[in-house]
Amino acid sequence: MGDAEIIPIGTRGKPGRGTGSTKPSSSARGLATRAPAKPSEKKAAATPVAPDTIVPEPAVPGIAATAPPVADVAAQQVPSPRTPADELARAAVTEDHRHPTAGIPAVDWISGFTTAAVEMFGADWEPRLAAFLAFLRRRLTGDYTVDEYGFDAEITQRFFMTAIRPVAEKWFRIEVRGVENIPTVGGALVVSNHSGTVPIDGMMTAISIHDHAHRFLRPLGADLVFKLPIVSELARKGGVTLACNEDAERMLRGGEIVGVWPEGFKGIGKPYSERYKLQRFGRGGFVSAAIRTGVPIIPTSVVGAEEIYPLVGNIPSLARLLGVPYIPITPFFPLLGPLGLVPLPSKWIIEFGEPIRTDEYDGAQADDPMLVFNVTDQVRETIQQTLYTLLMQRKSVFG
Amino acid sequence: MGRVVLVTGVARDLGRRFARQLAAAPAVDRVIGVDVQPPRGDLGSVSFVRADIRNPIIAKVIMREHVNTVVHMSVLPSPGAAGRTAAKELNVIGTMQLLAACQQSPELEHFVLKSSTAVYGSSNRDPAMFTEGMNAKRSAAVGFTKDINEVEGYVRGFARRRPDVRVTTLRTANALGPGVNTPTAAYFRLPVIPTVLGFDPRMQFLNDGDLLDVIEHATLADIAGTFNVAGDGVLMLSQAIRRLGRPALPLPGFAVGPLGSAMRQARVADFSREQIAYLAYGRGVDTTRMRTVLGFQPSRTTEQAFAEFAASIEPGVISERRVRAAESALAGALGGSRGSRPALTDGDGGHHG
Repeated sequence: MGDAEIIPIGTRGKPGRGTGSTKPSSSARGLATRAPAKPSEKKAAATPVAPDTIVPEPAVPGIAATAPPVADVAAQQVPSPRTPADELARAAVTEDHRHPTAGIPAVDWISGFTTAAVEMFGADWEPRLAAFLAFLRRRLTGDYTVDEYGFDAEITQRFFMTAIRPVAEKWFRIEVRGVENIPTVGGALVVSNHSGTVPIDGMMTAISIHDHAHRFLRPLGADLVFKLPIVSELARKGGVTLACNEDAERMLRGGEIVGVWPEGFKGIGKPYSERYKLQRFGRGGFVSAAIRTGVPIIPTSVVGAEEIYPLVGNIPSLARLLGVPYIPITPFFPLLGPLGLVPLPSKWIIEFGEPIRTDEYDGAQADDPMLVFNVTDQVRETIQQTLYTLLMQRKSVFG
Repeated sequence: MGRVVLVTGVARDLGRRFARQLAAAPAVDRVIGVDVQPPRGDLGSVSFVRADIRNPIIAKVIMREHVNTVVHMSVLPSPGAAGRTAAKELNVIGTMQLLAACQQSPELEHFVLKSSTAVYGSSNRDPAMFTEGMNAKRSAAVGFTKDINEVEGYVRGFARRRPDVRVTTLRTANALGPGVNTPTAAYFRLPVIPTVLGFDPRMQFLNDGDLLDVIEHATLADIAGTFNVAGDGVLMLSQAIRRLGRPALPLPGFAVGPLGSAMRQARVADFSREQIAYLAYGRGVDTTRMRTVLGFQPSRTTEQAFAEFAASIEPGVISERRVRAAESALAGALGGSRGSRPALTDGDGGHHG
């Protein structure tokens, strides 16, 4: 096909339909003349876009075919002779036709919703939906309880845990070992290595303990956690409390499983080159807390967290300015912007080691620095050795 | 020998109610109420002495009336119409003068200080629950927290100088109740409640009746020491606001200060610096000693105290009644759709409304 003839579409610039002209097109004028006489024919003709007298004839069958709930109404009316009331009904139907959303009857909304609910919640969706609504109502009216630390078990279980579970199971593919070492009742102190630039390892340990040992981990957080807006709010609701002896002992006496990361910021903020090398374990305050309350210490080793955000650099001056311990630079952050915040999908192994009993010491020995130092060292060595063993067993970083 | 009790701060509503309640106790012979301003309500059988505790006249009153118990209730957080300096003057200097007067009185046997849990301050370094042996983690430079710490310091000094006098310090949580007009109550009466964005403090409340009861208990019992007093349990601020059915207005930390001073100027609510810190970090106190040593158990928990207060004020726009109505409408519409049709119209209404 060589030179195709250009066939113009439209009105070739003539005034008419869709040109914005107030003059009606010839076809509109033709239609208007065929319409039944109306007292204000001029007015009807002056508005070119379909006056209500034009559309009814084709519209009624169309609606009757597409919208079943209205069909019975329409079917009743079509055979009957034309009455003024009938005209009104038709006019109403055409109004609906022009505004599709208003025309969908409540029945359709409901049946659509019902189908969606069955799809989402399964066959017994009704009680489940009622339970969900009751949950929403309780949250809205504040009808729930928190414990004295501000821990909101309901929101933690139904919201936080649900949100991070796919990350734990699908992204990091966490393998949990030694769950039997976590007591089913009573207090225990979970002591773990800390790594990964952002304390995701804490959250992952918490969800592993929740899903496998069915207990809530109550982490101890640095005072910085409670200084940051939003972080502080979420932390308290998620069961975190301040890492101080008073809170640790109070929680342990209350029979909670308390999580502590004695390396602190030295641990999570260490460069990638020093991965899996345990830092100094604070002043061993966690050991005195365990000895005073007589709870077992569970040395916990987390492998995989080191690789999620490989820390290759730091901006100490900016960190000092902002009052945070470090500003991380990873191969992807801040280079790739928000995309750099996606953690690398390393393979994780969390091993809960054999509990180290502290109940044979009496409370007064908690102030004996030599004993505290020895136990701290024992915990640290156990975690370090386990880390090396787990690293040997892991096939590759992303395996 | 009966007791003659001197109560300071009776111009305030809680002080006046306490004086009346104490006057009705059988173990008490006489109650003398002292304040700079006359009380607004009826004092009953309490004899009122209009005197400033900063004035030496108070020593004369104590001597002449043979007062053997002093209940010091006029250490107040809200500066009120007067400024910060005047409040400090009244709190700290007033306490010093009162203690000086007490020290000279050989008949004095018992001194009760109504302190506040504000003595612990609020910071991000706070333990979850303060026990009586702990101090504020960040010492306040100014404000009520500093005042109350100084007042307690003077009272401890008095206890050392007069070991024969039983000194009881009650660190009470914020009192809340239907008729109470404290800064906390005024805050929760605001139609839209400003909060600090990104923080959700833990709070404890004490029913106002329990507050009066615990001071009476401490006045009449033979127990010395310092005690935290609060209703059991804690409420988060967000939870409290939801229970009121009022909308919260989260403001970034730096904006709460200016808004607070504007509101203080307008006498709408008190937003001092320690109040803002409290709205960010909250506070919890351990009340084990209150139960075991003092032998007092509040009749209302924190939740119940707050619920009684909430019932006394008109509910906000997101009231529980409305939420329940919306829920039942929704549940009826969605759940009952397979059944009766008339429910549909209701359900539709609930859906949009």
